[in-house]
Amino acid sequence: MNTRTVISAFVLLLMPAASFGASVGVELDHVRIDPTNTASLQRGARTFVNYCLGCHTADYQRYNRIAQDVGLTDEQVVENLVFTTDDAGERTKVGSLMFNNMSKDYGKQAFGASPPNLALTARSRGTDWLYTYLRTFYLDPSRPVGVNNKVFAGASMPHVLWELQGWQKPVYETQTDAHGHEAEVMVGFELVTKGKQTPEEYDRTVADLVNFMAYMADPIKVVRHRVGMWVMLFLIVFLVVAYQLKKEYWRDIVK
Amino acid sequence: MGKRLESTMAWIDDRFPATKMWEEHLSKYYAPKNFNFWYYFGSLALLVLVIQIVTGIFLTMNYKPDGDLAFRSVEYIMRDVNWGWLIRYMHSTGASAFFVVVYLHMFRGLMYGSYKKPRELVWIFGMLIYLALMAEAFMGYLLPWGQMSYWGAQVIISLFGAIPFGIGDSITLWLKGDYIISDATLNRFFALHVIAVPLILVFLVIAHIIALHEVGSNNPDGVDIKKLKNEEGIPLDGIPFHPYYTVKDIVGVGVFLIVFFAVVFFAPEMGGYFLEHANFEPADPLKTPEHIAPVWYFTPFYAILRAVPDKLGGVIAMGAAIVVLFFLPWIDRNGVRSIRYRSLPYKINLTLFAVSFVVLGYFGMQAPTPVGTFVSQVCSLIYFGFFVALFFISRSEKTKPVPARVTH
Repeated sequence: MNTRTVISAFVLLLMPAASFGASVGVELDHVRIDPTNTASLQRGARTFVNYCLGCHTADYQRYNRIAQDVGLTDEQVVENLVFTTDDAGERTKVGSLMFNNMSKDYGKQAFGASPPNLALTARSRGTDWLYTYLRTFYLDPSRPVGVNNKVFAGASMPHVLWELQGWQKPVYETQTDAHGHEAEVMVGFELVTKGKQTPEEYDRTVADLVNFMAYMADPIKVVRHRVGMWVMLFLIVFLVVAYQLKKEYWRDIVK
Repeated sequence: MGKRLESTMAWIDDRFPATKMWEEHLSKYYAPKNFNFWYYFGSLALLVLVIQIVTGIFLTMNYKPDGDLAFRSVEYIMRDVNWGWLIRYMHSTGASAFFVVVYLHMFRGLMYGSYKKPRELVWIFGMLIYLALMAEAFMGYLLPWGQMSYWGAQVIISLFGAIPFGIGDSITLWLKGDYIISDATLNRFFALHVIAVPLILVFLVIAHIIALHEVGSNNPDGVDIKKLKNEEGIPLDGIPFHPYYTVKDIVGVGVFLIVFFAVVFFAPEMGGYFLEHANFEPADPLKTPEHIAPVWYFTPFYAILRAVPDKLGGVIAMGAAIVVLFFLPWIDRNGVRSIRYRSLPYKINLTLFAVSFVVLGYFGMQAPTPVGTFVSQVCSLIYFGFFVALFFISRSEKTKPVPARVTH
């Protein structure tokens, strides 16, 4: 690869933005993130271990850290969220990182690329991207797994949450751009097979899941904000004292 | 107590010039009394250097400079090491804070002519610090081994490949220690980042301060305070650095720390400017990110690089943009230091320079567009034009009379 990759990276850099990846320019739906809403985090955690952790890992995060942060006991986490086994074949310990039981090689064979670690995806892709991505899978028989995605065209991931959302197909409209070119533009989706959840319920499920993933990407956030308030308070007092001290000393300086 | 302390100090002073140094550099170092807002950034730069060194030491205790472990070890620091997140965010925010403070410090030097005779070496040591700082920041950014670490380094190192006659390729190979950026590169960058460059930095900072204290500090009026002294030989407009400027700088430290920790605690990513989003993905040599941009503090020079259509030409322009700053003391031929007493053309020239630098910084962060490239080209011309214009403006400039004493 070496030189060729370097050169192509360089060429890509010099190319106009419009030719870049498919996710550029797609409008994202906004999702509200609230790391203090523990009920939402718990529901999100449940969805995550049930639907995502089979193929993906999140092995920077520890199970007992979830317990501590979302208001569950270690026992509750073991009973409800730990479905994997360790090397000895026993149920994964609560202090363990969130591995999964699928090998990297298998992932590569099945999907073409090994499913990425999801612990930090909320920070690399952004929460709005995730929220939109998980709600915009649509039927596309030309794809190996039968679905495509609006924000990540050509994604190799199947629509794992289909039994909740159901199947949708895209609605196209012919639009004319400023230069008079006509083009088919995806304007929305139509539900062709109902899922277990209504569209509103499904949006909430995904919002909870994204909220959990946002927590997992930055688990210290709530503590950070709390400590930060005290630090700010201290520094303001420090500044007042420092300013008084300066004023006192500078009294003798004739301007 | 007092007596014992005195005799202890005497004992030390007979063997080590502790009191002498204290007096030379603090209690009897006479600084002009009219320092303004712009004079906080020198001491703040020193503070940030200390923050970086101390947090850096603690980071190395858990960081693993290994292609397979580096990314994970950073996440380990962020999650499993007690207060590791705070140390790491202080270090990552500190990197950006360093450049904020240094850029303001340098601009102060430009405005008040602090690079002029007799402070040419102060300026040159300062420029060397700036160079070392860029090397330090660049190598540090590889260490988290994220996608932007990897590809940013790839792009910057590949620039050396533009040097013709096969020399460039040999240099890139030598820098990387491999045909691609790999574990070997990570290891050497780690070595350079944690010991080699910091040592150089500390040495240069000492040289910068010794050179400054040898000639004395400049001030917003650009007046030489050593010209007028009282019968004891103390400058009339000078006040001892300690306690007056130590207590004043503590106020600056207070304000700085409020801003600094506001970022650390409430916006450590700073919207992707301090920690880029793509860097939360581990480095993958086979997957190029959609948009590679260096961290904000390099982007003015990166924009100059991209503004030149030819790769070698771009590299030369980028290098020249930094090198030309070294010659500032000789490019500016006017004896008047402070902007307060200089001509309108000079003021316009400096303003345009500052604006073009910021605009270049902005476009260096964006994915290239025809408009962006055009604006970058114009701003690159303004950037270099500043030095050309300065050379000519400064020769026969209509300056205002400089007062004998400082104003306030």
